Parts: sequence; structure tokens; C-alpha cells
Amino acid sequence: MALLEVKNAGIQFGGLKAVSGFNMELRQGELVGLIGPNGAGKTTSFNLLTGVYVPTEGEIIFNGKRLNGLPPYKVTQSGISRTFQNIRLFSELSVLDNVKVAYHSLAKNSILSSIFRLPSHFSEEKNMENKALEFLKIFNLDNLKDEKAKNLPYGQQRRLEIARALAAGPKLLLLDEPAAGMNPQETHELMELIAFIRKQFDLTILLIEHDMNLVMGICERIYVLDHGQLIAAGTPEEIRTNPKVIEAYLGEEVTSEHA
Amino acid sequence: MDWLQQLINGISLGSIYALIALGYTMVYGIIKLINFAHGDVFMVGAFIGFYAITGWGLGFFPALIISMAFCAVFGVLIERIAYKRLRNATRIAALITAIGMSLLIEYGMIFIRGAQPEAYPDDVVPNKAISLFGVQINSQSLFILLTSIVLMIILQFIVHRTKMGKAMRAVSLDMDAARLMGINVDKTISFTFAIGSALAGAAGVVFGVYYTKIEPLMGVIPGLKAFVAAVLGGIGSIPGAMVGGIILGVVEAIVSAAGFSLWRDAAAFIILILILILKPSGIFGKNTKEKV
Amino acid sequence: MKKSKPFWAFVILAAVVYGVVQFFTVSGLLNIYYSNLIITISINIILAVSLHLVIGITGQFSIGHAGFLAVGAYISAIATMKFELPFVLAIVIGGVVAALAGLIVGIPTLRLRGDYLAIATLGFAEIIRIMLFNIDYVGGAAGMQVTHFTTWTTTFVCLFITILVISNFTNSRHGRACISIRENEIAADAMGINTTFYKVAAFAIGSFFAGVAGALYSHNFYIIQPGNFGFLKSFDILIFVVLGGLGSLSGSVISAILLTIISAFLQQYPETRMIIYSLVLVIVMLYRPQGLLGTREITDLFKWKPAKGGH
Repeated sequence: MALLEVKNAGIQFGGLKAVSGFNMELRQGELVGLIGPNGAGKTTSFNLLTGVYVPTEGEIIFNGKRLNGLPPYKVTQSGISRTFQNIRLFSELSVLDNVKVAYHSLAKNSILSSIFRLPSHFSEEKNMENKALEFLKIFNLDNLKDEKAKNLPYGQQRRLEIARALAAGPKLLLLDEPAAGMNPQETHELMELIAFIRKQFDLTILLIEHDMNLVMGICERIYVLDHGQLIAAGTPEEIRTNPKVIEAYLGEEVTSEHA
Repeated sequence: MDWLQQLINGISLGSIYALIALGYTMVYGIIKLINFAHGDVFMVGAFIGFYAITGWGLGFFPALIISMAFCAVFGVLIERIAYKRLRNATRIAALITAIGMSLLIEYGMIFIRGAQPEAYPDDVVPNKAISLFGVQINSQSLFILLTSIVLMIILQFIVHRTKMGKAMRAVSLDMDAARLMGINVDKTISFTFAIGSALAGAAGVVFGVYYTKIEPLMGVIPGLKAFVAAVLGGIGSIPGAMVGGIILGVVEAIVSAAGFSLWRDAAAFIILILILILKPSGIFGKNTKEKV
Repeated sequence: MKKSKPFWAFVILAAVVYGVVQFFTVSGLLNIYYSNLIITISINIILAVSLHLVIGITGQFSIGHAGFLAVGAYISAIATMKFELPFVLAIVIGGVVAALAGLIVGIPTLRLRGDYLAIATLGFAEIIRIMLFNIDYVGGAAGMQVTHFTTWTTTFVCLFITILVISNFTNSRHGRACISIRENEIAADAMGINTTFYKVAAFAIGSFFAGVAGALYSHNFYIIQPGNFGFLKSFDILIFVVLGGLGSLSGSVISAILLTIISAFLQQYPETRMIIYSLVLVIVMLYRPQGLLGTREITDLFKWKPAKGGH
């Protein structure tokens, strides 16, 4: 059975179809890419999957459960977590606390136990801290744990965002342009890291990326969106030679030359 | 037929709310700031009109125009001194500044001239009962209503038929894009404050003529209610502010007429809470969601 | 335990403050004016800290805090004056009813964006005030007679509990959830945090302590009137939080102390006070929008950076 099944999902904004007829099937453990020209609806599809937008048509089924209409925090709690194209860290919080926040919904002690400092508060906090430190170690950020997130350099902010998404305990991780703005060296390291966490945590990963070489190199399957429509899906080889994909990208290049 | 007079009263009061609400809605539309000081510009306008009428012996229309001009300059000054630096500040910082400006104007006014009220002379505009379709109607209410309508028509003309109006609409849609297209954003924002403040000034004079009593804290409650009117109509929408103002005025008149005049002020806030729960975007507003 | 050192420091400091004030009061060295000022300061600290949780920690802009103060003041006064309940119970009832009011206002409005919430809370406070004006049971505009029950000891205990509860809440996963909402609501939501729940929770806790402050407030004077709880009262509380530094508990405490003392000196000149307040507010927002301490705590200033490991 597929881990994630998207059937004919779509969303309209006041008559404008941002995404429509979106179909996707992710199997447990896959690393899949979602590509497409600017404005093709990639981030909108992420927002559909994570509950930021409620689909106006179709169905999203994750792990046998229908996600349509669930608020984002419940989607996350059911096992999908994400990063953002424009980094959204909790900038005034420390690196460690950023990760702890993501671990929040996995802890159980009540508000009252924290107010009265009951034993469950201390044990959960300790547990949270240890878990968060583990994640920071994997991402090589543990020596920066007390630094405010806003003071990290760009590349480390991106990594912290992934660490945070991971701490929420997902089965499916959605990465929105994780390598955006990174240099080739950083990108390469990041890709190795992604491959590593996928094995380590038995994850399924869906990533949006602009860097074609990167997507072709790392992903096992690729979905291509254009103008809110799925125009192709398949292995990197199939995508590379797919005439529709070539047209979509060439078309973009032609128009961007004129712009 | 008392109810018709009540209705006209409500519409007249509503048109005053509408004039103030227009300033709120235009400023909110363009820089997304609730300009709390707007109600105090209304108060200043009422005083300028008062001094023009009693001090210089001017008539209603010259006083109205002087007050509007003064308030336009005053509004631009507020924007330049306090709000301009805050364009990139947090929402909370901007709101707090606006609240601070509001109190500064109120208590500055008390500091300058004391807290005692003034009374507009009651012969500024003809005040007699006219018979209309066999119903007695106060000429003052009609006069005020007409003045407000004319001002709103002028506003519509400015917003839809002039270059500056086009710039205003462009900036409120997308400030950065407007700047890239060569629109002078700072000038446009100042212009918006000027127009909004001029309307508030006019509302101040009209209010003074209609209710006679004016004092330095008079702007607080009408200011808040005008904001409610703007939210009711859909904040950012000019027709919304007009309709919202009129509805609010009529509701208040109905509440008073039904014998609950002490609860009149609560009506506006209950409407506010209801609209925020049921349809936060207001009657004419569009639903917007933050971009992710 | 990691947090225990500051905790004991706080307990010792609190005990010293209590002991010193109590000694001066009992020995008669402190006249009635100053002991009253100290009680007023403490009530203002409770108000400041309770609003700090809503604005500074959770980032929800409420400008109707005086509404909850009024609820606590009137409900507790009804409890002692009409039902002759003990004062301590009246304080709890005042807090609980204010918290319920917080839930009623918070649940529908906290899903709104920042500025709408501000207006809604302001509208709520106005509705409360108008209601109090029109209800004869509580004396209408003339106000309500209340017996003087508030003592330094009750005030101190309430203050101690307020600070302890709010700082314990803040320094836990629940407080971090609130801060994450302040920092980036969309990301907080995406990290599995029920943002509405935490906004409402913070709002209700803040309202509870505003209600407690109201109970102390009403039993510290001999009469309460609806006019005491207008927008200017909300503004006074707001300025404590803003000047102290949005997000800093000790900042709110310090600015509540300083501003209450300054207000006491300017009591004869209310207009001057308002002009100074509003000018200071505007200038602070323009030149130091993070306030006195920003999000830091006063204890951070005494900390040197440890070379490695825990602190």
C-alpha cells in the first residue's frame, strides 16, 4: 500500500485553478522529486499536502487516513512535516529550542504539570533536550545549540530547519528547495545528509528543487508540474527525455529571454 | 411619523462615521496600519472649524474648507513624523506608536487649551423643520447628509478619475510593484493621509454643527466606532466604509429609539465582535490569506 | 536540577522583599501613603506580568486588559459584599471568572490576525465598562462600596504566585509553544503545535491573573467605579509591557515599578503624565522598538558565557 496517495487533488483561488488534477503515489522509503518551472504550483501542492490549504477537489490519503480539511498541526502530528522555501525559523529562540518546539507534540506532560513543576515536567523536558541534541549532532549544529537561530549563517539555517522538521517525528518529510542559495560544496554535503537521514530514520522524502542535476542525481522518481497540472511522472531517465517536460522548460527559457 | 426623523438622524450620524471611516480604511488599505490617531484628527478638525466660525466669523463652508486644509497638513505631519519610519517595523510597534500618537494629540490639546468643552453656535446652518412628503424633518440633518454625500462623490472622483487616485490604488495593491513601476510611494502615502485627514476634519465640523458640544476627548468614541464601521464594510474598501458607517448610524438610532440609549455605545462593539466572528473580511472585503 | 538555582534565588529575593516591607509596616516606619504605594506597585506588577504572557510571550496584541481587571474587581467585590464570602475565596472567584471571560473573548477572536484582535479586545473592554455603567446591582455609574481587605501579605502572596506560575509556564514546552507562535505562527503550526489552543490558553491564564489583580485592586479602595477601567487603564498596563521589553518578564516588572512611582509623583498633573507617557511610548517605538530589555531577562545581564556545557 502506498504511504501517500493523492487522487485528483486541486485548489481554486476565486476561480483561478492554482493546481488541479494532481495525482501522486509515494511508497514507503522513496525519495521523490517534484519539479516544474516557476509558478507551476509546486509550493501550492506542498501547502495542500500539509493542510495549509484545503483542497477544493480530490482526496489526500496518508497512511490510510484521509487528510482533507485537517489543520496543519494535525497533519504534522499524523506524520508529515516540512521545511519552507523562505526559511521560517523561530528567530529569537535558541537553536536547541527551535528543535525542542518540533518535539513538542510528542511530549505528554500537561500545562499544570509544568506550572507546578511535577516530576513529569522534568522527565519530559530532559527527554526533549536529549532528543533535540541528538538531532543537532546529526546536523553538526550541536556546538551552536545556545545561539539564537537568527544569528546562524544561511546554510546552517537551512539545515536547522531540516533538523527541526525531522524532530517532529515524520514518516514523510517534505523539503521545499532545501538547497536554494547554497554553493555547490554545501549542496553536495546537504544531499549526502538527506540520503543519510532517510536511511537512519526510515523516511520517505518528497523534495522540490530547482537544480536539475541535483534532482536527477538523487531522486528515484520525479513528478513534473506545469501550470498547476501534472505533465509527467517517472524515473529521471524518462523525465529527461519526455518531450512535454522539455517543452515546459524550454518554453520558460524562451519567455524569460523576452522578459 | 417619528421613525422617519429617527432614520434620517441615524443616516446623518452614520454619514459622519462614514467620513471618518474613509480615512481609516484608506490608510489601512495602503500601509496596513490602524491609525488610532485618526479620531483625534477629527477632534482637531472640529476645533479648527469652531475657531473659524466663532473667532473669524466665517460661515459654514469657509470654515469647513479651512478645517479640511488644516487637517490634511496635520495628517501628513503625523505620518511623516511618526509612521514613516515604521514601514518595516513589526505590526505591534506600529500599532503602539499609533496609540501613542492618539494620546499625545488628545492630551497635547488639553495642555494647550484646557479640557473644558466648547459649544458651536446653533445658527451656522439653517435649523428648522421642513415638511417632506407630509413628514417633519430637521433641515440640519438633511444639510449634513448632503455635505457628506458631496464629499464622498468628490472622493470617488479623486480615487477613480485622477492620476493620484490610480497611484493610491496601485500602492494599496502592491507597494513594491508600484515602486518598481515608477510610482512615488512616499508621496502617494502622504496624499492618502492628506485626503483621509481632510475628510476627518470635515466630519469634525459637521459633528460640531450637529451636536454642538465639542471637547478634546470627543474623538475617541466616534473614532473607534468609525473603525468598527470600516471593519463592518470591509477594511480597505471605500464603498465599504460608506455603507458600514451608514449601517452603524442607523443601528444606533434604532437602539436609542427603542429606549436603550444607554446601551447605544455597546451596540457598535457588539456589531464588531459579531462581524469578526462571522465574517472578518466585512461586507465588501476580500478574503486574504498570508502567503506561505 | 538545571533550573533550580535561579528558582531559589527568586525565592530568597521574594522572602527578603516581603520581610523588609513587612518589618517597616509593622514597626510603623512606613507611613500609610508609602505602604499603599507598595501595594499599588505589586498590583501593577501582576497586571504587567499577566499581559506580558499574552503580548510578550505569545505575541497576541491585546489592548483590553482593563476589561479583565474590571471583571475580577467587580466579581470579587460582589463575592465579599453581597455574598459575604471570605476575601481569599473572592480573589480566586475573581480570577476564575476573568479567565472565563478570557475564554469567551479569546476563542472567537484569537484566530484573527493581530490588529483585529487588538480592536476586538478593546471592544470587549468597552462593552464590559458600558455594562457596569448600566447594571444597578453593582451601583451603575456611582460605583460600588467595597470594604478594605487588601493587605500587604495577601498582595505579596498573589504577586509571588503570579510570577512563579507565569515563569514556570514560560520555561516549559508549553511556553516554548507560545513563543514559537509569536516568532512564526505558520511554522509553529507546521511543527505540530495547536496554535489556537496555546493562544487561548495564554490568554486565559493572563486574564486569570488580571482578575486576581482586580480583586486586590477593588478591595484596596473603598469604592470602585466603571470609569476606573477605561481604555486609559488598559493603556497603562500596555506601556509597562512595551517599555520593559516585549518578551521580558523582568523588564515588565521593572517598568511596572518605575512607572508606578513616576505616576505617583505626577498624580497632581494627569495631563502632563499622559503627554510624557505617550511621548515616551512613541519615541521608544521609533528608536528602540524592542523596549528596555528586549526579550532578555535581567538575570542574563549577570551571566557570563560559560565555556562549555550546561548552565
